[in-house]
Amino acid sequence: MSFLVLNQVSKGFGPPEARREVLRGVNLSVKQGEIVAIVGYSGAGKSTLLHLVSGLLKPDAGFVTLGGQVIEGPGTDRGVVFQNYSLLPWMTVAENIRLAVDSVFPNWTEVRRSEQVDRYIHLVNLTHARDRRPSELSGGMRQRVSVARALAMDPQILLLDEPLGALDALTRGTLQEEISRICRASGKTVVLITNDPDEGILMADRILPMSAGPGAILGPSFPVVLGPTRDRRALNQDPRFKALRAEVVAWLLGPGARPAVSVSRKLTLPDLEPEDLDIPRPLIGGRRRPRRRSEERRETVDLTP
Amino acid sequence: MKKIHWDAVLMPLVGIALTLLAWQLISGRTVIRSLADGTEEEVRLGWVQDLPGPVQTWEKTRKYVVEPFAKREELDQGILRFTWYSLVIVAKGYAIALILGTPMGFLLGLSATFSKMFDPIIQVLRPVSPLAWMPLGVVLFANAGKSANELAALFTIAVCAMWPTVLNTAVGVRAIPQDYLNVARVLKLSRTQTLFRIMIPATLPYMFTGYRLSLGIAWLVIVAVEMLTGRIGIGNFLWNEYNNGLYTSIVLCIVTIGLVGFSLDRAMSLLERRFKSIL
Repeated sequence: MSFLVLNQVSKGFGPPEARREVLRGVNLSVKQGEIVAIVGYSGAGKSTLLHLVSGLLKPDAGFVTLGGQVIEGPGTDRGVVFQNYSLLPWMTVAENIRLAVDSVFPNWTEVRRSEQVDRYIHLVNLTHARDRRPSELSGGMRQRVSVARALAMDPQILLLDEPLGALDALTRGTLQEEISRICRASGKTVVLITNDPDEGILMADRILPMSAGPGAILGPSFPVVLGPTRDRRALNQDPRFKALRAEVVAWLLGPGARPAVSVSRKLTLPDLEPEDLDIPRPLIGGRRRPRRRSEERRETVDLTP
Repeated sequence: MKKIHWDAVLMPLVGIALTLLAWQLISGRTVIRSLADGTEEEVRLGWVQDLPGPVQTWEKTRKYVVEPFAKREELDQGILRFTWYSLVIVAKGYAIALILGTPMGFLLGLSATFSKMFDPIIQVLRPVSPLAWMPLGVVLFANAGKSANELAALFTIAVCAMWPTVLNTAVGVRAIPQDYLNVARVLKLSRTQTLFRIMIPATLPYMFTGYRLSLGIAWLVIVAVEMLTGRIGIGNFLWNEYNNGLYTSIVLCIVTIGLVGFSLDRAMSLLERRFKSIL
């Protein structure tokens, strides 16, 4: 029984006459407790897919269900970690997390809520930065706060939208392992969006490539046959890791690189008027601009037989 | 220990000295001239004959400055005492402007319909001078008895000073990053919580820019208001002294009004910067 299901989901943006279809008939099913990575080109529609699950967007066609319930809007059963952290800059680390805890557990006592906040700050190793504002934190620390905020809501599913996209390569590496560890320890279902196949393989149980847009679809599912504890250094030499990466990249560059076939575009015909080269060019004024039909005010037609 | 930048202190002083010098040079001076018949007469000489120079201004108006809070008679009080009367009424009118203007700005920023409906009206009312609002205020509160003058003054200050607050708040609300609103939606915050915990903090820097501009206008309006209503205050003092032909006092009032306005603006911009630094 699948926990999260996307059935023939399509989503497009823009007015009807200039519609840009982002997702076309995407199918996905994720089992409870599974960590799934979706890897694809920038701008392909990965974030759109995630927003459909988070409820911030509604599908044009098809449906999304979570635990058998159709998703109608945002809810606290889904914890979202946004691409750009989206921490509130006027609140400290603790206050940012507290805002989420207060909203999800209004019936808890004051003590229990602050315990929950402190527990998750400790989980992401930020106890020393508890009372700092986001502007005083590094990018990696901000992302850890964002993860803590999502987890403190005790959601059924965690949605990570390119969580490490804005970080430098070294911080990224450390944080991949840390977030991976936290996610596994929590036993939650996770959907991870990334543009880095290595990151997907390192963190997920299953990896799905997404084709280039417009009209993106999901490719075949590649199970990651590596144990749950993965060492980045050892992994680089692992033949299974190399083979899997090669397969995913091959799909992305091969079948996945082609954008969907039917693209409707308004046709515009060239409207240049041919120039009569026999007419001498004026000395002053130089070259004439090419004349366009649409600029013509008058048309003279010679009617002499 | 913070290093003192001498340039920042010295250069303005040099500028002030040069201005005073130029002022002294162009202003008129009184000279006693003996006439052929043996009598003497006073004449004003100089480039701008009736403009009192800085020295003359100081000599004539020092009693207002040396005892700034003295109250000798109703119309003969220390300059800061007059200023205080004006500040009190400005503070009241300004408070009304903020209390009305901020929610109005929020409505304009939140609702596109509301904005389309009322933006043209605001744009038309905004450039109307305080001198035009004042008589309307007097008429509106004519039946208020003793406090008629005060209410008319408050009305004028509030109605003139409100617009920067309204417009800046509206801009600030429209500029709230979508990310913050997404957070509010994902966390399922209620409408009130979204307003107080997300929208108002995110709009604060814009609101304070509006508040600062509004305060500037409120202070600008006070002189006109006091001239017309005859309320005691610095604008009223200026007008009386003009009618008495005491031009030195006019200069003193101008300088005082300028200094007070400058201080208010500085204080507000300090507050404003504090809120901007958080975001």
